[in-house]
Amino acid sequence: MTDNQSPYLKSREDWEETTLKKHLERRPERKEKFVTTSSTPIERLYTPKDTNAEEYLENINLPGQYPFTRGVHATGYRGKLWTMRMFAGFGTAEETNQRFQYLLEQGQTGLSVAFDMPTLYGYDTDAPQALGEFGKCGVAISSLKDMEILLDGLPLDQVTTSMTINSPAAIIWAMYIAVADNRGIPRNKLGGTIQNDILKEYIAQKEFIFPPKPSMRLVTDTVEFGTNELPLWNTISISGYHIREAGSTAAQELAFTLVDGIEYVKWAIERGLDVDDFAPRLSFFFNAHNDFFEEVAKYRAARRVWARVMKEKFGAKNPRSLLLRFHSQTAGVSLTAQQPENNVARVAIQALAAVMGGTQSLHTNSMDEALALPSELAVRVALRTQQIIAHESGVANTIDPLGGSYFVEELTDRMEAQTWDYFQKIEDLGGVLPAIEAGFFQQEIADSAYVYQREIDDRERTIVGINDFVNDEPVQIPILDMDPQGYETQCARIEEVKAARDNETVARCLANLRAAAEGTDNTMPFILDAVKAYATLQEVMDVFRDVFGEYHEPAII
Amino acid sequence: MTQFEQKIRVLIAKPGLDGHDRGAKVVARALRDAGMEVIYTGIRQTPEMIIESSLQEDVDVVGLSILSGAHMALLPIITQQLRENDMEDVLVLAGGIIPDEDVAALQEAGVKGIFTPGASTQEIIDFIQTSMAQKEAL
Amino acid sequence: MSLISTEKILSGNKRAIARLITYVENNHPHAQSFLDSLYPHTGQAHLVGITGSPVTGKSSLVNKLAKAYRDQDKSVAIIAVDPTSPFSGGAILGDRIRMRELAGDPGIFIRSMASRGSLGGLSKAVDDAIKVLDAAGFEVILIETVGAGQSEVEIVKTAHTVIVVEVPGLGDDVQAIKAGILEIADIFVVNKADRPGAEKTVSTLRTMLELGHASTHHVLHHGQLMTVEETPSHPDEENKKMWEIPVLKTMALKEEGIDPVVTTIDRHLDYLKNSGELMDRNRTRLIDELETALQLELMDRLLGQLPPNHLSETITKLVDRNLSPYAAVQAILKSREVGSRE
Repeated sequence: MTDNQSPYLKSREDWEETTLKKHLERRPERKEKFVTTSSTPIERLYTPKDTNAEEYLENINLPGQYPFTRGVHATGYRGKLWTMRMFAGFGTAEETNQRFQYLLEQGQTGLSVAFDMPTLYGYDTDAPQALGEFGKCGVAISSLKDMEILLDGLPLDQVTTSMTINSPAAIIWAMYIAVADNRGIPRNKLGGTIQNDILKEYIAQKEFIFPPKPSMRLVTDTVEFGTNELPLWNTISISGYHIREAGSTAAQELAFTLVDGIEYVKWAIERGLDVDDFAPRLSFFFNAHNDFFEEVAKYRAARRVWARVMKEKFGAKNPRSLLLRFHSQTAGVSLTAQQPENNVARVAIQALAAVMGGTQSLHTNSMDEALALPSELAVRVALRTQQIIAHESGVANTIDPLGGSYFVEELTDRMEAQTWDYFQKIEDLGGVLPAIEAGFFQQEIADSAYVYQREIDDRERTIVGINDFVNDEPVQIPILDMDPQGYETQCARIEEVKAARDNETVARCLANLRAAAEGTDNTMPFILDAVKAYATLQEVMDVFRDVFGEYHEPAII
Repeated sequence: MTQFEQKIRVLIAKPGLDGHDRGAKVVARALRDAGMEVIYTGIRQTPEMIIESSLQEDVDVVGLSILSGAHMALLPIITQQLRENDMEDVLVLAGGIIPDEDVAALQEAGVKGIFTPGASTQEIIDFIQTSMAQKEAL
Repeated sequence: MSLISTEKILSGNKRAIARLITYVENNHPHAQSFLDSLYPHTGQAHLVGITGSPVTGKSSLVNKLAKAYRDQDKSVAIIAVDPTSPFSGGAILGDRIRMRELAGDPGIFIRSMASRGSLGGLSKAVDDAIKVLDAAGFEVILIETVGAGQSEVEIVKTAHTVIVVEVPGLGDDVQAIKAGILEIADIFVVNKADRPGAEKTVSTLRTMLELGHASTHHVLHHGQLMTVEETPSHPDEENKKMWEIPVLKTMALKEEGIDPVVTTIDRHLDYLKNSGELMDRNRTRLIDELETALQLELMDRLLGQLPPNHLSETITKLVDRNLSPYAAVQAILKSREVGSRE
């Protein structure tokens, strides 16, 4: 792009020979090599490239225009701020319902449900596998009864609800729809998101149950059902968050997330859906990590690559199909148990990166999360951090304020190039599912995680309070009190539900569901029937476990 | 050569349901790089599976990684079962999100080393090597 | 040391078995006397070696084979060998991940072993671990190694039945050619046979076998130190049928094609027994063991008798080309009366 005639280059060469050289002689730089959080090298200085107008329009362009590098909306945050969506959930449905009421009162604009481990694995609270796990990482939902309590008093036609659920996503979603059906709220008024991203479970978070193929069929069932019945619902939140938490670099997070997205699109098209009917309801979920500029570049590159893929690979015509809309969450893994109040600063910087990258919604972590479940105070500070960014910092007043930064544009280009490279590697392995079975993603992530840890242990990378600026004062943080009777309450409720329901109807619904699972019918209507008859989560999941079998991962360390 | 040569054998396992295995894998590699033999059993290990593997592999150390908050329910069961199986001399370590007020109870239950986020792999290596050297000296 | 006793091992006490294997791996001074007293109780188990590169899914195959044997009510021990890092001396042994289905079964014993030091040392450790498990009454012992290096080949090749695992799609060259393990296979398994190219891999293997190796498995004996008189164990050569090396397809993860592998392993054992080759192999195996043990012991004694620094000084002379290796050996031997400690 540049040549010897470039006035930029010429003056840069002069600068290097004179000003810089002199300065370096007097005062060398802090380090020999500067790298990002993902260990990619950073140059001393970025200067204008010989970008002409044509290239600008092709790669960057204006907000709301292809390839959407500068954002999906023409007005950025001048029109509408991002949704402040704090992920919450613990203990019983009653306790989580109260937390939601509290958050709405505090000015939160969307709900986000965290489920406990047994629920995420499709076990009821009283299952032996659930020992010790009840309510720890989220709320326990074992039947429609729990969902009714969880959503009690919440205006489902006015709020949007995000549910972080994967293997049992179809069942939990069916419970949510059932509550709305029973309240007489039309399905086309329901807005929200189910995470429902099973691919990243095999790749990173490991909350899979069934083998990849039947899992993908279930996901495709929900996409199809949502396309026909719930036009405002995001049926998959294609997630890089967990890939990053598992230790990937920023570029790996980006590439693996987008390649997963491509895989979902392929399956839906194979199902016979028109790409423009479902693609607008696909959403994304990224991590907001420490390295400010690298993160901003990641989000900008994400929009650009996705738009290109949707247009060029899948021939999408609907402009909304090309838009990559994303939720983001600050990096849980970056929080330290030492000097936890420092995490407030980390979260603020990470949140700022997500905003500068044009996020549609944001969760900010609480300062105490490396120690325990977040307390109410810590959650409030985290939410206030977003409000300060939105209302005090001024960064929401112009669109893509970092666009045109020599450094950010360069990083964005680099991210994009790395993504295409990974796409090729994965294709060479036969695609996403073979790459999962071969452990490709898992190995890449494990390698990056190890490099990162070594850099910290060898003090090549400074983490404040961990390997430098250490302070050994004991930490005092308030601990969340959970209802000590919660487990008993929940187990008793399962008993009550099973006693009160019509067991013949349940058996019939489950038999119908089994037939659907064994065949090729969309399973969603059958799941809805079953949960409305108060079949428990585990009863429904056991049908699938039986029909699909359970998956064991390859040994990648 | 046929000299007496002892290697520290470590079992790394994730009890409970959570699948966050980043820490477990990083520690496994670090211990390998410190010259130990690491038997990695992966996620979703029940206490029974952990005991069985520890016994058959005759490990010196059992490292348990848990981030779901179920540590108070699961870890004491594991240490108890180790004792019942004549393996009270096995060094049990835990890593993960473990609040301070649980630490004393876990140590009481026989979890000798507890490593929370921010612990360096070198701390873990040192802890194991020191403990093994002390055991040797007994 | 009350953890281990011969009686405990013979009665299948797993804690004792596990600890004795540790002793064996560590060359613990107490190991030998236990092995001596267990020796009369060995020779009962069927030893099945399974080797293949890491991507072949052989751990899954071992897992399913063990399950199939358990369905026949046979007790199964598994020795899974993984390489030691040459840089740190440590190892990550991850084979149990693929064997979680076997958890909780009292008729199963799984032991992961790192390859540790020298070639002979590993063979000896595995051989001795096999003896412990054999004496403990395990009917089938599956020995799994990564078919990458010489030492792994050395280990599996002394098994009664050797299975080499391949997968489709590793390019035109079947891995066996590169690794040079074609000669040791009694059975080929092409795993992940639902992948494209499975038929091609099968036919490539068949062609290779027809070209050069369609005869009965050769008993390989690499003994150089001793002249051992070969006693013909099958007086009637005519009765000795040839073993045609089969190429089988499996999808271990889906549990498909496993039963034919088990049947073939059993058929191979019958063949070994009926042809008299079992005795040949056992004999070869023991000769190898004796040689290895003798070599290790002699080396040990020899090096133990050398003055300190003698070896490193000799090596310096070699490096400086002041002494040839052969002359060095003569010098070392001359300096000591080898093997006679008086």
